[in-house]
Amino acid sequence: MNPAAVPFLPRGVRVHEDRVRGMSVLLAPERALKLDAIGLAILGEVDGETPFGEIVTRLAARYEAPAERIAADAAAFLDGLVERRIVEVRP
Amino acid sequence: MKPKPNPPLALLAELTHRCPLACPYCSNPVELTRKEQELPTGTWLDVFREAAEMGVLHVHLSGGEPASRPDLETLVAGAREAGLYTNLITSGIGLTEKRLRALDEAGLDHVQLSLQGVDAALADRVGGYRGGFDRKMQVAAWVREIGFPLTLNAVMHKQNLDRLEETIDLAVELGARRIEVATVQFHGWAARNRAALMPTRAQAQRAREIVLAARERLKGILVIDYVPADHHAQFPKACMGGWGSTGLNVAPDGTVLPCHAAQTIPSLRFERVGDRPLRDIWENGPAFEAFRGEDWMQEPCRSCERRHIDFGGCRCQAMALAGDAAATDPVCSRSPLHARLVAEAEADAAVTEAEFVYRRMNSPALVS
Ligand code: SF4
Ligand code: SF4
Repeated sequence: MNPAAVPFLPRGVRVHEDRVRGMSVLLAPERALKLDAIGLAILGEVDGETPFGEIVTRLAARYEAPAERIAADAAAFLDGLVERRIVEVRP
Repeated sequence: MKPKPNPPLALLAELTHRCPLACPYCSNPVELTRKEQELPTGTWLDVFREAAEMGVLHVHLSGGEPASRPDLETLVAGAREAGLYTNLITSGIGLTEKRLRALDEAGLDHVQLSLQGVDAALADRVGGYRGGFDRKMQVAAWVREIGFPLTLNAVMHKQNLDRLEETIDLAVELGARRIEVATVQFHGWAARNRAALMPTRAQAQRAREIVLAARERLKGILVIDYVPADHHAQFPKACMGGWGSTGLNVAPDGTVLPCHAAQTIPSLRFERVGDRPLRDIWENGPAFEAFRGEDWMQEPCRSCERRHIDFGGCRCQAMALAGDAAATDPVCSRSPLHARLVAEAEADAAVTEAEFVYRRMNSPALVS
């Protein structure tokens, strides 16, 4: 994921508040992925307008963590979802 | 006391058994439910609400052909309102552009389109419906235009496996995000068509190679889910992710089933929606309890280290092939019946000319 790329959730993918299990899940075709606090925070910044670099800056500020580490974690998370066609990017 | 089972993730709602196609591997039971016995709209809406409240996330609207129900749009809207992710499993026949737009408005999340073959000659022969392929391609184009995510569902067998590469290419061409390459499972109507459908060992091996290569090549373009030919496998699949552990089915007449083939097990007693809350049926229904956990297992499963991985395989297959639903699935190489299963599969695979027995509502019962 490069800093200028704009990730977004394509149609048919959404975050769902699972009240029965007490967790957030990402719903996609034939998939339901359990979201931990980090995943949820990353996806919370994925709005289809904000470039990846800016997402990292925001998360680093919010969690007072080094930007390089956030960038590595968030890229691994989002790239994994891109590979499975759950997240898409606008170049 | 037994621990309570986890809530189910998925509900397969078999809205109807009516279908214009007649696929010889249809997983519907050989005794098809007639229109008069189908659940009314309101009952399905109650089922969706109950399912969502008990923790179901995905509802798969299936059949038969779900578009045979004129209230499909209402059902989708109701399922969405209940909070469910709605997946339409369709042959495409019966869907018009207008209906698709109405389904879009109703909130449909995802379309899964079945594919019987890569061209009209093959697909229409397998589906037993002339013009089906062209219609399907038209539906795929509308789906793309509206923007629904699309999965192609390709059931593969002896007669179309040699065209698997083209099948995967077609999925990419149609803009699908996913394809399910599902080798035919020998339940329902497929059990009557073994000689016409059973792939050869070489085909099964080649299919695996094609899938692995395509997954690598199409990373980020097409997700490929693959159900291998289990008659040629060493170990069985974890059928249903374990009986009564992840999903449930509701048949067109409201019978609640642990899996779509469960009615082939004569010892099971089923309940219907409305008999008692769906949650109760899931947690305590005798058909769900029958093969939950491991207490029911026999040797060699009982002491096998893989029993938490595959749960002893498929209960319906054990019933069909071993005559005992609690037996080890004969697909497993550790089953005493495995050698016979392989020999029979190879004999069926070697048949070069066999007519299809098509799935029809009014097919007279065959004596087997
Ligand atoms: S498998 Fe074929 S016959 Fe059976 S429901 Fe699907 S499209 Fe209809
Ligand atoms: S013996 Fe039973 S548990 Fe072991 S691998 Fe075979 S089917 Fe699975």
